[in-house]
Amino acid sequence: MSVDAKQAPREAGRAAVVQMRGISVEFPGVKALQEVDFRLLPGEVHALMGENGAGKSTLIKALTGVYTPTAGVTLLDGREVSFSGPADAQDSGISTVYQEVNLCPNLTVAENILLGREPRRFGAVDGRACRARAAELLADMGLHIDPGSVLAEHPIAIQQLVAIARAVAVDAKVLILDEPTSSLDQDEVAELFRIMRVLRDRGVAILFVSHFLEQVYEISDRMTVLRNGRLVGEHLTADLSRLDLVSLMIGRELGALAEVERLAGQAGEEASTVPVLQATGVGRKGSVAPFDLQINRGEVVGLAGLLGSGRTELARLLFGADRPDSGQVRIDGKALHLRSPRAAIAAGIAYCSEDRKGEGVVADLSIRDNLILAMQAANGWARPIPRKTKDQLVEKWIKALDIRPADPDALVGKLSGGNQQKVLLARWLITKPKVLILDEPTRGIDIGAKTQIQKLVAELAQEGMAVVYISAELEEVARLSHRVVVMKDRSKIAELDQHATVDDIMRLIAHVDERSEAVAA
Amino acid sequence: MTTSATPVKGKAPLGAILRGRSVPGRVVPVIATFVLFVLLFGVGAARYEGFTSGQVVANLFIDNAFLIVIAVGMTFVIVTGGIDLSVGAVVALSTMVAAASLRAGLPAPLVVLLVLLMGSTLGLLMGLVIHYFEIQPFIVTLAGMFLARGLCFVVGVESISIKDPTFRSFATAAIPLSQNVSITWSVVIALALVAVAVWVLHRTRFGRTAYAVGGSESSATLMGLPVAKVKIGVYVISGLCSAIAGLLFSLYMLSGYGLHAVGMELDAIASVVIGGTLLSGGVGYVLGSLLGVLVLGVIQTLISFQGTLSSWWTKIAIGTLLLLFIVMQRVFMRRQP
Repeated sequence: MSVDAKQAPREAGRAAVVQMRGISVEFPGVKALQEVDFRLLPGEVHALMGENGAGKSTLIKALTGVYTPTAGVTLLDGREVSFSGPADAQDSGISTVYQEVNLCPNLTVAENILLGREPRRFGAVDGRACRARAAELLADMGLHIDPGSVLAEHPIAIQQLVAIARAVAVDAKVLILDEPTSSLDQDEVAELFRIMRVLRDRGVAILFVSHFLEQVYEISDRMTVLRNGRLVGEHLTADLSRLDLVSLMIGRELGALAEVERLAGQAGEEASTVPVLQATGVGRKGSVAPFDLQINRGEVVGLAGLLGSGRTELARLLFGADRPDSGQVRIDGKALHLRSPRAAIAAGIAYCSEDRKGEGVVADLSIRDNLILAMQAANGWARPIPRKTKDQLVEKWIKALDIRPADPDALVGKLSGGNQQKVLLARWLITKPKVLILDEPTRGIDIGAKTQIQKLVAELAQEGMAVVYISAELEEVARLSHRVVVMKDRSKIAELDQHATVDDIMRLIAHVDERSEAVAA
Repeated sequence: MTTSATPVKGKAPLGAILRGRSVPGRVVPVIATFVLFVLLFGVGAARYEGFTSGQVVANLFIDNAFLIVIAVGMTFVIVTGGIDLSVGAVVALSTMVAAASLRAGLPAPLVVLLVLLMGSTLGLLMGLVIHYFEIQPFIVTLAGMFLARGLCFVVGVESISIKDPTFRSFATAAIPLSQNVSITWSVVIALALVAVAVWVLHRTRFGRTAYAVGGSESSATLMGLPVAKVKIGVYVISGLCSAIAGLLFSLYMLSGYGLHAVGMELDAIASVVIGGTLLSGGVGYVLGSLLGVLVLGVIQTLISFQGTLSSWWTKIAIGTLLLLFIVMQRVFMRRQP
């Protein structure tokens, strides 16, 4: 392994480039950041860690002037600053490279790097000097591509590197990389890291955000952990084990978690061993590594993992929302060609998206219309459902799931998150699926509705439905599931039986850590 | 299966040439337009006597000088991903204002200045609305089109003929290129404008930023480019070009009339698209638009040489070509990674 990456940050005698003190950012009703301190030293790679909603992007946006903090000061080189926006921050030497490449795909590599700062001759852009300067910058980064080629011809990874070349072309003191690796494969990540090290050794302060723990440990010197908008701590990467990091991010002491009990009556029940869904070697390049998965009748299979570990991607593959490029899925022993969600629905697979509003309910339609949608689709458009049948059905499900208000004509967009979730669930249950995939069904809903939904899941399983349950809350997964599939870095790393505890899952997620720590010790 | 063991030099398949680095993909539609022009011209030369005479070619430019000028302005707008539907109406308004103010006795240079100022102001206003109110260019320039067309009839409902001696002598002056071939000043002005436009769009920061805006406006903003200036600027340029075209048109017709240049905006858009500029923005060449106009012109000439066909067949031919080119572009873009 690379030794230089593990070097302790050379801290002595260095003043922080960026110093943020007591930063708070508030939106109506939401405290996105509360009194967060943050510092960035020259010549270090500093990872900003935290689960979804912890406040990482808010902090970055507060630093680059997209948001104005409601409290706190930001110092750049010891002087207090307040930027009007990313362009202003960039003029002061803070460049940001975003997850999506923000360049112009229709222009050449050289133009993308130098646009707005091109060398000119007699008032015209000097194309030759432009390409020469770009080639120089690219060569500095060890990247040998034709600067005259059009950006769109290059893979995303190279485009990402070109974006970085543009960022450093302004003599950036601070380089912010927001999830730059999420669309890169391993070799491409290695290339990116090589360039990050070159820049770091040149004294650039790099702020790195990534959901991939291994990458963070490979490249970063120091990390700041946020949780729920608050600073949890700043640590040297070398001093913080992966296990400690995960518990800092999730916010529980491991010991306390060990006491978590399962729902009474659940632990005793054995699920059947009749497989409903069997997936063998199903995967998609750049999404999820090929995995095997069997789901039995009456079984709840939990999918656990950090954000970005491939939980949702796996579910989308099983539902045909993304097309698998390898492997096979069988339902009740019959091979299924997963071309589209339509095919999956026809085979009895239902999927409740984590993005309720975007991919789930239709906000502008009534509860009745939303409930009927899936059934109508299953029934075929040519066969209308009689109004009376509709009304009976809708009434039954509103009662069964305790949807409030119990008014079939209420617009779904006006319901609370929990009730929207129930509508979505009811919509699928009407079609009597064999396999029900629930992606974060309890996110952002109040505790009462949460318990209702969890109870419902347990009941559905008892009635024989196979359920795939995805949640970021490990307790929930451990409590409900007969089996837990653990995901990490976009592949399935383990399968635990129903006695799995949150501790077990967290250890698995932080697994490599213990091994490498043992090696180090 | 290879039948010949020795590679034939200089006879690489056309596809390989087109895909090679030496010819970037985006130039292919322009080359296709050029090939089409040569083919159409070849058909004319083969079928009709006198088609190849220099004056036929010169007339191609003389009869389309104003369209060339509008197409140049339109290219700027379309490269940024916009559209300008007002150009035909602004041409008509320009002829009307020029004719009316000449009749009122204003000196010719002042009239020219007045018309140019009016055209660019209209463009500026539309650009401001498009950028700052974030309204689709289609709607804003449609409104501009109705406004300009209506204003024509406020100036006068009848056709006004131009009797000003300066205008008349300028219009009728022929610049001999050889013994039998001569062109008008309109052609000189149009071609000079093309040259300036090539320089501005392809070689200046303004031009390159226009391409960036067309490629991705949000990226261009994040890259810190002067998006507002360029987005508004292209409509000013298009307005100015329309005014110049209006002056050339009034030289061509020697009259001002509210029903001049009806539908000319569509001819201009067709020329630009046939010339290889993507309607979605970000890709295109000024010279391509010039070729587009010439293709339209040569079809018109072919039909007039043919003699028995109604001139409306030109429209059918243009429609077919337009569809063909758009489909070709789509197929081509799909093939790119």
